[in-house]
Amino acid sequence: MRFAMRSLSIALTSTLALTAAACSSGSDDDSSSTAGASSCQPASSGTVNLTYTSWIPGIEDVVKVWNAAHPDIQVTVQTGPNGNSGTYQNFFNQLKAGNAPDLGQIEYDALPSFRVQDGLENIASCAPVTEAKDKFIDWTWNQVSFGESDAAYAVPQDTGPMALFYRKDLFEKAGIAVPTTWDEYAAAAVKVKAAGGYITNFSQSDINQFAGFVWQAGGNWFSNDGSKWTVNLQDEASTKVADYWQGLIDKKLVSTVPAWTTEWDNAYNKGDAWTWVSAVWGANSISSGAPDTSGDWGVVEMPQWTSGGTTAGNWGGSSTAVFKGSKHPYEAAEFATWLNTSDEALTMLAEKANLYPATKTGGSLDVFSKGVDFYGGDKIYDVFAKAATQVSPDFTWGPTMTSTYSSASDGFKSAVSGKGTLLDALKSAQSSTIENLKSQSIPVAE
Amino acid sequence: MKDARLSKTVAMGIMGICTLYFLVPIWWLFVGATKDRGDFSNTAGLWFADFHLGDNLHDLFTYRDGVFLRWMLNSVLYTGGAALLGTLLAAMCGYALAKYSFPGRETIFNIVLGGVLVPATALALPLFLIFSQLNATNTFWSVFLPSLVNPFGVYLARIYATASVPDELLEAARLDGSGEVRTFFTVSSKLMFPAFITIFLFHFVAVWNNFLLPLIMLGNERLFPVTLGLYTWNSQVNQLPELRMLVITGALISIIPLVIAFLLLQRFWRNGLGAGAIK
Repeated sequence: MRFAMRSLSIALTSTLALTAAACSSGSDDDSSSTAGASSCQPASSGTVNLTYTSWIPGIEDVVKVWNAAHPDIQVTVQTGPNGNSGTYQNFFNQLKAGNAPDLGQIEYDALPSFRVQDGLENIASCAPVTEAKDKFIDWTWNQVSFGESDAAYAVPQDTGPMALFYRKDLFEKAGIAVPTTWDEYAAAAVKVKAAGGYITNFSQSDINQFAGFVWQAGGNWFSNDGSKWTVNLQDEASTKVADYWQGLIDKKLVSTVPAWTTEWDNAYNKGDAWTWVSAVWGANSISSGAPDTSGDWGVVEMPQWTSGGTTAGNWGGSSTAVFKGSKHPYEAAEFATWLNTSDEALTMLAEKANLYPATKTGGSLDVFSKGVDFYGGDKIYDVFAKAATQVSPDFTWGPTMTSTYSSASDGFKSAVSGKGTLLDALKSAQSSTIENLKSQSIPVAE
Repeated sequence: MKDARLSKTVAMGIMGICTLYFLVPIWWLFVGATKDRGDFSNTAGLWFADFHLGDNLHDLFTYRDGVFLRWMLNSVLYTGGAALLGTLLAAMCGYALAKYSFPGRETIFNIVLGGVLVPATALALPLFLIFSQLNATNTFWSVFLPSLVNPFGVYLARIYATASVPDELLEAARLDGSGEVRTFFTVSSKLMFPAFITIFLFHFVAVWNNFLLPLIMLGNERLFPVTLGLYTWNSQVNQLPELRMLVITGALISIIPLVIAFLLLQRFWRNGLGAGAIK
């Protein structure tokens, strides 16, 4: 699941963070609740009641199926706006007040912030999780274990493997070959411009797409050696990606409409923008945002940095975590595992909310093996199933992504309007991220 | 003579622009709610395309077992209920502060006045922590009880009671054997009625707009007020674009109670404001 950085939500979260910080001193006396990885046992008897907070549309219906089949483990769904629009802040408040739900939906890029606050239960030793571990694509497991052995701070739920959506009809008419490398993509951009369009729209406010590009290029923004965080927003790969898109922006080969607006929908609907390098859920964004272009789109693997390469980026995705303080981590883990591995749950999540599973076999479910009408009957999910296995396993998110995103997105907005560059934006995001880590007393290496 | 006409024209012009400025967004919302999703992003925002208001309303009212209607009902209960009770409390409190002299009266009034300066937003988190202690978060009461408090209403009620309820009248009532409570409800409240309307409207709008409190308190969708519900849907539009039209249509429907409240009460309100101004 992706997120859109809305200024409202940023303002909201930051005000709340301030208030929370002001109230938080002196209430950290919950050191006794370190259940650890070794004591995950089922409840001895009686019905177990769990609460689960998620903003997936239609999640209630999926949980209903579970509740009907498991009379002794009943799950109550709570809901709210998507994570960064308020639900994460609610989780933090609830953890502080000791009434967090048993389970919660957390996107991969927000998991580290909960881990740093010691808000997550390590469920690696819970039998259902131990058994299911191998069902998940390796890189998704790294996202929830943070590379620690014998650790699982959540169960992977969905992913956003990336591919290239392109206007088959327009490329054909203009006689442009579909780009397979980023060099070809830049060359195609010139021809598309000559034909009166833009090759794509560069997302100025949603940094996650850019992060997906960096992920593909082999960059790694954060790392943690067990004691200290290292921030590296300007590593080689990030610099390469930033320079590449800066080049396209400078030559005015890409449009820079704010993403997820009707203006943006319109650019695709009218054929102003010819391609979109996006995640699997983008298929639905296009079909609903640009309904007039039905049948005109094709999907191929995303452009590569080296000819013949086979790496993909990832954009979005979330997990199901068990919060510290849950009285029934075993049952919670059992539910989370069912929710994210069973065919019936994954199928419902796909149909109701366009979630693409994180499991190795999820991509071959019936819902994903059918042709999609909007894409001329193409089996577009085959491309994503392949991409899902080609995502680099090493990308790590940091514990303060909200502030990193907002800083970078400020810089990106200036860059597209000609003030500064994308690289400058990364540079200032780097320093503000380090500031932010320090201000939260999170150890950081410089 | 000419000057007068000119200034009248200028005044009307400015009023016209203001009216337009306030009405255009509502017009946009109305027009938007009549379109289907394709037309919504592809046609001009201020004029109609194919008329789909009926479909949109149908979708809105049937989506997820009509949860939207539930939200509307909740909003009316939270705001209507809290505004009614809150107005009564504020009025009684302000009246007491105005008409009875007792030790600490000014201190209490000043504290209440200080309360006016504290924005509801800043109180949401402390309230959450308090309600957590009581295990009462995620309940109707966790939103309703805090919404009853209205320091500005107390302030208004006191000012108004001082100005509009003569001490002699209260004295007369007492001589006739009326108790204090009875006097308040049968005599004073009649005199203060315009102030009640003003307080009620202010309170109504304040509770309706207090978005952060339910956001922090509530997790059960069936308890959401309409503002939080629409916000939740709006945050899911990226994932489920079908929701966009529901948000637009829902926003249009959600302003109806406010419009009704204002149309019905506006006459009284004007009285109230005017009365204060002349005296």
